[in-house]
Amino acid sequence: MVRKEMIAMLLAGGQGSRLGVLTAGVAKPAVAFGGKYRIIDFPLSNCINSGIDTVGVLTQYQPLRLNTHIGIGIPWDLDRNNGGVTILPPYEKSASSEWYTGTANAIFQNMNYMESYHPKYVLILSGDHIYKMDYEVMLGFHKENHADVTIATMPVPPEEAGRFGIVIADEDKKIRAFEEKPAEPRSNLASMGIYIFSWDALKEALCHLKDQSGCDFGKHVIPYCHETGRNLYAYEFNGYWKDVGTLGSYWEANMELVDLIPEFNLYEEYWKIYTKSDIIEPQYFSPEAVVEKSIVGEGAEISGRIYHSVIGPGVIIGAGTVVRDSIIMKDTVTGRGCDISRAIIAENCRIGNNVALGVGEEAQNRLHADIYAFGLATVGEDSVIPDGVSVGKNTAISGVTSGDDYPDGMLPGGEVIIKAGDAV
Amino acid sequence: MKAIGIILAGGNNSRMQELSQKRAIAAMPVGGSYRSIDFALSNMSNSHIQTVAVLTQYSARSLNEHLSSSKWWDFGRKQGGLFVFNPTVTADNSWWYRGTADAMYQNISFLKRRHEPYVIITSGDCVYKLDYNRVLDYHIGKKADITVVVRDMEPDADVSRFGVVSMNEDARITEFEEKPMVSRSHTISTGIYIVRRRQLIEMLERSAAEDRWDFVTDILIRYKNMKQIYGYKMKEYWNNIATVESYYRTNMDFLSPEVRRYFFREEPKICSKVDDLPPAKYNAGSDVRNSLIASGCIINGKVENSVLFKKVFVGRNCVIKNSVILNDVYIGDNTHIENCIVESRDTLKANTYYCGDGSIRIVCENNERYVL
Repeated sequence: MVRKEMIAMLLAGGQGSRLGVLTAGVAKPAVAFGGKYRIIDFPLSNCINSGIDTVGVLTQYQPLRLNTHIGIGIPWDLDRNNGGVTILPPYEKSASSEWYTGTANAIFQNMNYMESYHPKYVLILSGDHIYKMDYEVMLGFHKENHADVTIATMPVPPEEAGRFGIVIADEDKKIRAFEEKPAEPRSNLASMGIYIFSWDALKEALCHLKDQSGCDFGKHVIPYCHETGRNLYAYEFNGYWKDVGTLGSYWEANMELVDLIPEFNLYEEYWKIYTKSDIIEPQYFSPEAVVEKSIVGEGAEISGRIYHSVIGPGVIIGAGTVVRDSIIMKDTVTGRGCDISRAIIAENCRIGNNVALGVGEEAQNRLHADIYAFGLATVGEDSVIPDGVSVGKNTAISGVTSGDDYPDGMLPGGEVIIKAGDAV
Repeated sequence: MKAIGIILAGGNNSRMQELSQKRAIAAMPVGGSYRSIDFALSNMSNSHIQTVAVLTQYSARSLNEHLSSSKWWDFGRKQGGLFVFNPTVTADNSWWYRGTADAMYQNISFLKRRHEPYVIITSGDCVYKLDYNRVLDYHIGKKADITVVVRDMEPDADVSRFGVVSMNEDARITEFEEKPMVSRSHTISTGIYIVRRRQLIEMLERSAAEDRWDFVTDILIRYKNMKQIYGYKMKEYWNNIATVESYYRTNMDFLSPEVRRYFFREEPKICSKVDDLPPAKYNAGSDVRNSLIASGCIINGKVENSVLFKKVFVGRNCVIKNSVILNDVYIGDNTHIENCIVESRDTLKANTYYCGDGSIRIVCENNERYVL
């Protein structure tokens, strides 16, 4: 009988709609991050670095990129005879067929997968955070306290506590109460959405709540465990942890990597982050190139000037183009003489010559003021921007655009162009 | 599958000076991200040759480390795979490989057990892309016993370190001189051969019986009038890196857009071991022009007309010019490096000056690395 002490279930099915056009065609965990990675690389690398070699990845929304990225798990050493990585999409059953309706519902629907490994503990992860964490230390804490459920938490500044699920624990870290986005928080320990369950507690809760619609860990499973008198403990994590759920926080987390000594350091020998590398060539800077305070991925060809930016692998920046405070992802090509400032340009875009991105005054976005904010110009995957246009702040562009889409050669601040596809 | 591959990677060469002290030439880093042997291995894999033997001998640790997994080149299949043959002591043999033919002869059971009709032999110290199937079609069309891939060199090039061939109008090789002082032709052998597997076994066994151990002098040159040996002219990029000068030039070639396009952007691509390094990082004060930078580098100074391999750290106010810095080198602040090749894993102290005058200087300091 195959027996694993702890297996991980990684929730990667969410759209991440607050990332706007960036997640029009890919699930949020597959969005590029930090010049060569994808968001899901962080929890996957944490797993293997923590000695967890059995990971179920639950997918639902736009899984193609995620599936091709993960494959059989070779980059993370998760190609195993016993265990390894398994992609778990929703599937049809003889009596019913339903999508994953909530985080806990998704886990419940994969009860067979988990049971096949006879785990003692199950680690629940989500695929949308940037952090390095040793889950084995958390498991040690869980065992030491004879906990049924351990919730990873981190201290947040009191003024920000209202944005999180807050955990109230006593000195022994035993959890007394929860508050979801409280107006007046009684504690500063925010839940990170990372849980360790003892198998009995998880199975019992999931089976009991199986008819709960949209069954969710934060909303249903954890409160249920609390009410039924399970031992819930708060594990305090004090490292770097960043939710990259909004364009603003996504941009900020990328930009933090270019600091002289970044708080989140990718250059340490210890605790490497692994990813699938399709491009291995070195990067080239032409005689007229300038690069400062930036990170640049493999195979990029830079003829322009790059300041304080994150440039992905295979990107080509034409001569005379200036890139500032921007994120440009894999295989995007920009023409000559562009001026790109505070922009997020997704993978495989074609930007013409003399294009200005992120110019003018800030204006509130016409369609989604909550998504396209922070003064950023956002360009979705595979987009094309014609020569000579200028694009304002808080804008979004997705799809193949032509000169006709830009009256007077201009997309004013706060405007959106979305062509074809099931974009947001 | 019509052919199997053999890569000769055992060689050392005094013309590499200090650079070959700790590794075989086939393990030399090339073009920022690769090792020399990646080119031969990728050519094999891209030509759908699934069974490849690498014969190593001299200082093979670094090479073996690089070949520790065959997955990077897409070998490691159920049919075929990547075989690494180091010399071993057996009941009836306690010799090292006494030459290229002996290296193959000592592993003749590998040749005998396969069923593919042809063998492609190449060396691990050349930088090129070639579809061996094109050469194989030529070989079959010519009904050749052996086909040698040859290349015309510039009229003023020094060919004295190569095998030099002359061919008749039918491309049959009429003259073959190994490393001639004065050569009669500027067509050289690239060290890539195609031969029928049974023919090779027969020739190797016969040479061994006569105590002859070198593939070029004891097989190619001896058999040239008896067997049909043809030349296949290759016109694409090809360079042998086995001298300091040519090693430096080959790396610098990658600064030209044509060479980069040919190797980095055009299919098929060259594969190499993946090192899981973060993207290169450029801090305030970095100034990088006409240079190749590999992943994992951290740049704080000035880099011009240079090739930096993986994980190089360049301190503040450094100037690096016309140089090749091999992987994992730490360069302290205010250091000036010009016309140099800096050996891998080296640590250069702050405020030092290295300059090659008229020729390429090899820097090999062996300083202790202070853990940062």
